[in-house]
Amino acid sequence: MDALILQTLNGLDKGSAYALIALGLTLIFGTLGVVNFAHGTLFMIGAFCAVTLQRLLSLSEVTIDPTKKDFLGNALKVKTPYIEAWFGKDVGAAVVNWSVPLSILLAIPVMLVVGFVMERGLIKHFYKRPHADQILVTFGLAIVLQEVIKYYFGANPIPAPAPTDFAGSIDFGVWLGFPPNDIIYPYWRMVYFLFSLVVIGAVFAFLQFTTFGMVVRAGMADRETVGLLGINIDRRFTIMFGIAAVVAGTAGAMYTPINSPAFTMGMNFLVLSFVVVVVGGMGSLPGAVLSGFLLGILESYASMNWIKDVIPGIDQIIIYVIAIIVLLTRPRGLMGRKGVMED
Amino acid sequence: MLGLGKKDLRFLLIVLLLTLAAPILLNPFAEGSAMAQFNAGYPDLMQRIAIFAIFAVGFNILFGLTGYLSFGHAAFIGIGSYAMVWMLKLLTMNILPGLILATLMGGAFALLIGYVSLRRSGIYFSILTLAFAQMSFNMAYSVLTPITGGENGLGPALGDPRILDAAAANGTIPEVNLFGLSMRATYELDLAGRVFQFNAGYYVCGLLSVLMFYLALRLFRSPFGMMLRAIKCNQHRLNYTGLHSRPYMLSAFVISGMYAGLAGGLMAAMDPLAGADRMQWQASGEVVLMVILGGVGTMLGPVLGAGFIKYCENIFSKINDHVLHDWFSIFPKWLENLLVTVVHPFVGQGWHLTLGVLFMLVVIFLPGGLIEGGQRIGRLIRRKPDAKGKAPATTPAE
Repeated sequence: MDALILQTLNGLDKGSAYALIALGLTLIFGTLGVVNFAHGTLFMIGAFCAVTLQRLLSLSEVTIDPTKKDFLGNALKVKTPYIEAWFGKDVGAAVVNWSVPLSILLAIPVMLVVGFVMERGLIKHFYKRPHADQILVTFGLAIVLQEVIKYYFGANPIPAPAPTDFAGSIDFGVWLGFPPNDIIYPYWRMVYFLFSLVVIGAVFAFLQFTTFGMVVRAGMADRETVGLLGINIDRRFTIMFGIAAVVAGTAGAMYTPINSPAFTMGMNFLVLSFVVVVVGGMGSLPGAVLSGFLLGILESYASMNWIKDVIPGIDQIIIYVIAIIVLLTRPRGLMGRKGVMED
Repeated sequence: MLGLGKKDLRFLLIVLLLTLAAPILLNPFAEGSAMAQFNAGYPDLMQRIAIFAIFAVGFNILFGLTGYLSFGHAAFIGIGSYAMVWMLKLLTMNILPGLILATLMGGAFALLIGYVSLRRSGIYFSILTLAFAQMSFNMAYSVLTPITGGENGLGPALGDPRILDAAAANGTIPEVNLFGLSMRATYELDLAGRVFQFNAGYYVCGLLSVLMFYLALRLFRSPFGMMLRAIKCNQHRLNYTGLHSRPYMLSAFVISGMYAGLAGGLMAAMDPLAGADRMQWQASGEVVLMVILGGVGTMLGPVLGAGFIKYCENIFSKINDHVLHDWFSIFPKWLENLLVTVVHPFVGQGWHLTLGVLFMLVVIFLPGGLIEGGQRIGRLIRRKPDAKGKAPATTPAE
């Protein structure tokens, strides 16, 4: 039982990442009708926003302290981050320490700009082209963005630690009456899970309770009629693309302490997120979120030892097996709508 | 002759001659000259071009004719490679049984995967094939390690049985051969400062690719090929006429799987080491790039695309800053440095960036690929105003 709870918890953080990326993918698909293969790259760019902010914050001025010597006997060079020099030691250190959560503030404008440029510059011209062309051009864009990031940040993963306040683990089992050290869960993963719930809730609330969201939902249902009513639906869809990019980007930025960002991470997540979207049902937002968490948790269950003893290697392929089963038994996915991508 | 029209036959003969003469044609620059690095006439590269041409031509039968975009064809390459290496290990170092088995295995797995995947179409089909390929890759990497060698890859070893071969006398692994002709055997011809290498392995790959090209040509011209085009055109209408289209698609899928299996087998025959990374989705993406870049649905397009990508991959990744400075040394120093800085991200390690940019440009502006580009230039030269905006019904390459 405790193992089951532990694996559920472990699945939640990966499931959160899947759900957030799949949510963005579905938003783009539901509004613009475009299959965006570059969405994983947006996740990756978000993660590198965190890296960039960390580097910016730890820019240091070097002063020479003649009173101390380093191991060669020369005067010791002391590095002080500018932040600490400007705002005092305590505030500066705290800001550097909190660089990952703060990077959301950087990621939001950056991702909005990236999303707008991408939509207006490229994807706008592909509304009318076949899905195969959309897949191919966004695939090309993904390669380009990935290589650009690789050029500037190198091919190796760059660690971006969580704030030290969240560095440890929580003894989750004690809360539920298990003996200590039975179910241990890192704080940051819990933060990530809560963060994803907030983002998902915000997106749904935005679509459900604002006028803008209502128009967007109407546009998803029948774009032409909304256009006939004199509403500039294209502009709203572009904004939705920006929002989807922000969701992916902040998801990537917050994910950095769990997995050190490397330029390949976007594509690795993209392949899985596509499976997630298809399992959830193309165009269904709740379906994307549901299947994201479902597949994340199932993947984590499959990596339990006693399951691996019964079916060796199941942890590597479980997501694909489920995708195949779902697609063959429920062709529209778990919560797919009728008439979406039927041809 | 050979069941081809006059035009097709001439076309095939040209392809055959080009293949035979490739070691000379691809080596136009003298040894030691500044341009020598652009020579492509060395066996390793030519073999790879021929092998990927087979792969791309086979992929084109599925994607070009039926319009079904598979994102998992690399799985068949991997399966073919493993089949080949196992034949080299168990039976004989002669590549023929291995090639046959690789083709059959590619076909068998394609039958299995295609039977399931073809129940859906559009993006669902892409995702299903992708899922199967990633499954094969993950399994080859983990559970199936006894069969696939896992991370280390699979290669012939000294202690293998090789029941058809005589016991190795001198305690080394015998060379991969075709009825005694070693794949490494190379005849070097030193002529006019150029060294032409006529390599047995290349000719095996090259002639096989011409054969496969011929078969694809026949298939394109056949009623079966017409049927596949009809599927691409309008599958619904085809169904309404009372035709069951799935067997046709499944056959196309299996045929392209066999092409990929053969390509994988050849890959393992030229370099007897099979690794799981050949099955990763990047490899599937690569063949899509080749076919799109060359021209979807044309005969010659995939071959051009394969040659272009493999050539550029080899040549571009060899260019470094030193070479760039050499090239731009005719300009003033500041301009030279500026040019080197601008070009630097695109060459060497950054070759994939060039590929991505090129690919995007092709998809955006030239959906017909290099073939369409060639046609446009040809029309421009011939100045035919009537062809403006209207794509020709058949391409000259077909």
